[in-house]
Amino acid sequence: MKPIEFVGDVSLFAARAVIDFFRPPFEAAQILRQIAEVGAGSLPLILASGFALGAVMTFHTRSTLVMFGAASMIPTVQALAFFLEIGPLVAGLLLAGRVGSGIGAVLANMRATEQIDGIESLSIDSFKFLVVPRIVACVVALPLLTLFMDCSGLLGGYVSEFASSHISFNLYITRAFSELAWSNFIPPTLKTSVFGFIIGVVSAYFGYTTNDGARGVGRAATNSVVVSSLLIILADVILIKFIFFTFPDYAL
Amino acid sequence: MSDLVQSAVVFEGVSKAFGPKQVLRNISFAVPAGQALCILGRSGTGKSVTLKLLMSLIKPDQGKIFVEGDEITHMNEKQISTVRRKMGFLFQDAALFDSLTLYENLALPLRRLTGKSQEEVDAKVDHVLGQVGLQGDKQKMPASLSGGMRKRAGLARALVLEPKILFADEPSSGLDRITASEIDELLILQKVESHTTVIVVTHDVHGARRVGDRFAVFDKGDLIAFGTAAEVEQSEHETARKLISEY
Repeated sequence: MKPIEFVGDVSLFAARAVIDFFRPPFEAAQILRQIAEVGAGSLPLILASGFALGAVMTFHTRSTLVMFGAASMIPTVQALAFFLEIGPLVAGLLLAGRVGSGIGAVLANMRATEQIDGIESLSIDSFKFLVVPRIVACVVALPLLTLFMDCSGLLGGYVSEFASSHISFNLYITRAFSELAWSNFIPPTLKTSVFGFIIGVVSAYFGYTTNDGARGVGRAATNSVVVSSLLIILADVILIKFIFFTFPDYAL
Repeated sequence: MSDLVQSAVVFEGVSKAFGPKQVLRNISFAVPAGQALCILGRSGTGKSVTLKLLMSLIKPDQGKIFVEGDEITHMNEKQISTVRRKMGFLFQDAALFDSLTLYENLALPLRRLTGKSQEEVDAKVDHVLGQVGLQGDKQKMPASLSGGMRKRAGLARALVLEPKILFADEPSSGLDRITASEIDELLILQKVESHTTVIVVTHDVHGARRVGDRFAVFDKGDLIAFGTAAEVEQSEHETARKLISEY
């Protein structure tokens, strides 16, 4: 498929999803089911990754900051790094891997096994029933998962720092949030809703529109992860510029 | 016009191609309401495509399709959705939603498309599952059902909205002779007791001759014979005669 044709198709797919979201029936049960699947299902991965990243980041930054006599800045650096960039971006990429591939594969499998035709044959709008709830779930769940990632990253950083300096938890948290303003916290967390929209739309597009049997299932899963990840990184650059412009305090 | 009124389904000069491959070529036939049509033919001759055209899951390139007098060829999704309420579809591999239990598979269309209360939905699901002999399996997931049970479950889902027209795509494929015969019995029962129009795509001539009132034989995208078993046996096309023959 040509790139311009692909962009056009995905844009129309996304526009249809947005329009269908505002049309009844509102599929509340399906949306809640998908939020549980996307959110609760991804939580262990997010918590474990955040904790490990937090610990590793402290390993790396500690020696440099100690060299400059700024060891007390470690919690602050950790919090700013996680809340501004690492948390949102890594949560987005992890979700693209876990949820994006899942949505792509599940919908492609439903297409291959005629389950989507089965839904249509029952006079049920398969797009509204299958696609819209998955996109909404990604949009809602990703900011929440990002919060968990930020917190587990701080916890991992604390454990790592405690092993070296025996810093108290209260002092660590006080220093961590000493330089953090709401403008450093809210815009980057909310931008993950855009990442969620990208993951939901791209992976649902590849899964829902495939028509290549079992081979299409694997291809849909792979394409969902690759294209979602690329678009998330690209969107991150654009959104950071946008946030800098809208919230000047965000820029450190 | 009277043909349209009396016929449950009418195909009028329908053609369909997928890319360079012409799957159906100028097909015309009609199925009277309450009768059973069995569509026979070698693999890849457009039989399943015919069913999907009738359900408007795909659109024809040329020609017109009528369901109970309504032309569905140019209907939009909302209009099609209304017409589909009259139809039930048994897919080749049942196409049950694998993330839902058997009960939920049947309750889903009832909850969404009818105004039935929870008690009425439960009663209807139990009744239909009883018809196909699966009343004790309603909490099972589709993956845990055998091939025959899946087919019967697929049939139950197709019947749950009490369709006027029932389509079945290879209802006996992959089943042993006894289980296939049980599926045939259910289709016959539906036709006789509920006066449902039944359209079956099958390779099973024995089953087709039990279920069918009329037969359509496809070959390379053409309808080469149409009529009763006796009429098809007298067809000038050798392929049609061979396909309708049990031996």
